[in-house]
Amino acid sequence: MTLPKNAAPLAHTVTDAPFDPEAIYQYTDAQKSLFEASQLRLMWWKFRRHKPALISAIFLGLLYLSTLFSEVLAPYNLHTRHSGSIYAPPQSVHLFHDGQLRAPFVYGYDFKLNMENLKREYVPNTDKIETIRWFCSGDDYDFWGVIPASFHIACPAEGGSLFLLGTDRLGRDVLSRIIYGARISLTIGLLGVGVSLVLGILIGGMAGYYGGLFDVLSQRLIEVIQSIPSIPLWLALAAILPITWSPIFVYFGITVILGLLDWTGLARTVRSKLLALREEDYVSAAQVMGASSFRIVSRHLIPGFASHLIATATIAIPTMILGETTLSFLGLGLRAPITSWGVLLTEAQNINAVALYPWLLWPVLPVILVVLAYNFLGDGLRDAADPYK
Amino acid sequence: MLYYIFRRVLMMIPTLIITSALIFAIIEAPPGDYLESYIAELQAQGEAVDTAKIEYLRKEYGFDKTPVERYFTWVSGMFVGDFGYSFAYELPVTAVVGDRIYLTILVSMATIIFTWLIAFPIGIYSATHQYSWNDYGFTFLGLLGLATPNFLLALVLMYLANVWFGTSIGGLMDPRFVGQPMSWAKFLSVLDHLWVPVIVIGTSGTAGMIRRIRANLLDELQKQYVTTARAKGLHPFRALVKYPLRMSLNFFISDIGSLLPAVISGAEVVAIVLSLETTGPLLISALQSQDMYLAGSFLMFLSLLTVVGVLISDIALAYLDPRIRLSGGVRK
Repeated sequence: MTLPKNAAPLAHTVTDAPFDPEAIYQYTDAQKSLFEASQLRLMWWKFRRHKPALISAIFLGLLYLSTLFSEVLAPYNLHTRHSGSIYAPPQSVHLFHDGQLRAPFVYGYDFKLNMENLKREYVPNTDKIETIRWFCSGDDYDFWGVIPASFHIACPAEGGSLFLLGTDRLGRDVLSRIIYGARISLTIGLLGVGVSLVLGILIGGMAGYYGGLFDVLSQRLIEVIQSIPSIPLWLALAAILPITWSPIFVYFGITVILGLLDWTGLARTVRSKLLALREEDYVSAAQVMGASSFRIVSRHLIPGFASHLIATATIAIPTMILGETTLSFLGLGLRAPITSWGVLLTEAQNINAVALYPWLLWPVLPVILVVLAYNFLGDGLRDAADPYK
Repeated sequence: MLYYIFRRVLMMIPTLIITSALIFAIIEAPPGDYLESYIAELQAQGEAVDTAKIEYLRKEYGFDKTPVERYFTWVSGMFVGDFGYSFAYELPVTAVVGDRIYLTILVSMATIIFTWLIAFPIGIYSATHQYSWNDYGFTFLGLLGLATPNFLLALVLMYLANVWFGTSIGGLMDPRFVGQPMSWAKFLSVLDHLWVPVIVIGTSGTAGMIRRIRANLLDELQKQYVTTARAKGLHPFRALVKYPLRMSLNFFISDIGSLLPAVISGAEVVAIVLSLETTGPLLISALQSQDMYLAGSFLMFLSLLTVVGVLISDIALAYLDPRIRLSGGVRK
């Protein structure tokens, strides 16, 4: 602004707009929605910006959704054996034959037993064109173990085969078994974390709120459990499960074992958060108004750090999935006929399998992807749950 | 300092007592005992069961007593170096375990050193080049190592070593050295075989370590004293090494506490896959045949190893960082 000349009158402007003395206190729409947003909404905004976490969440969501329709997604039934195609290598999907575009198809195998080394040899025969059928009726199954049906998204051609990831020693389709195995492998982590969440909140909550002798004892116990190497302890606990138990009992037994050794970290988180929060004014207010300890802890304190707790629990899930895989691999975890990714990997236990039938290692891919996805998701959730970031 | 060490050693005692009780409870939990399965096995083979001998064994090993009495026999035995008797091997536990414990310690130590050598430079690089492509790349590689099941990595490495080098890397030494006394040639053979288990066990721990070093160093780098040092014209490298790095070294040592149980765990699984002469395969078979003293003393050894490892790291930490021994309630 240039200054007016000496003694010149100042320019005078009058605006007709009504004067609002509150104007400077008003927020823009963007600010308003930020200030009025609930804690959950704030978390969602922050979470959305963490791209790997978002992608992981979508990926995991799709996987869990797929476990609802495993029977339909898998081209074969879990237990169908193909005695004519034992240890068949993966068939790849082709689109072109003799330079011509066709519907997706696979080349059929010519099978020959090499009499010199007794090796099964499968050679793709380019004359056998087996077009994949879509939305078709194939192997029979009981949907969710109840409704008999035979509908599949994709089936092999009539009389042909569709082993996209090869077959195992009984001629069972590896891809179908991986799809079915997701049911067990994905839920075991969730159930295990459920067990450890309950234990962690209960023990950590009591230690943090009451303190005193219980606190000292539980802290000692946590230290001890954390100082014992986990896998030997898992092995010892898994050895307790009686052989006579039905597979489904063993499944629950393993989840409990995984949860029993994992609650320590959660209990520590709960305890330290409670110790900090119980000094807050609103807790004193609740006490003065006569609320019971249980009500204070469950209604006022736990919601205060629930989001943080969920993030911590998410990071614990991959450990459990890996733990189940390891236990099953060593033969102390789940047993057939229950099919998890770890059980599938027991097929690839010796070096012969790796050398001759490397496709038996495919079940490890979903394990790695799921563990990675949970790690990213946990990171994203933790950042989103942290109000100071 | 001496007082701190004394206090720290004293604190180990309740920990070890709870550990032993926990382990004993777990080992005792399955129904039946070794003698019962032994008798069943003899009967299955159609051999006569010598009742007198069974009764003698039952008395000798205290199976006629209550679990609480047996627990105290077991624990008090440990103080005089008697760790019980392995039924399956018909040898004292110490004789069965002996060498294997040393090999477990060797593999664990080598793994921790390997983890440090890999994680330290990468962690520093990631922290100083935050959000660069290499930072993302290393983080991802680390996570990949974390996500791959150890046993699988062991299998694949074993196969690759076989294809590329034509060596069989199963075991921890050349077969002809097994059972031989320690010699220079045996030592070299062990070194030759050591790298596979070390890499396999190390990968999972390295990822976590890189992330923690990165986070710790990032915290330090944002502090005022770093800015001051830079403002006064200290070379960026010196400003990194002289102060922030030393601060994160503390954490490095205290991290042994969380690293050690993981390393020993990993060593067990990998040992089973690679059939190393460490403790893993022995523990599994002992657990399966309910060879309870062997399994129990074993778990106890492993826990003791971790507890002592943590103790050493705590003492080293207190030596390096005076704030820690002071906050421990020790007078100056």
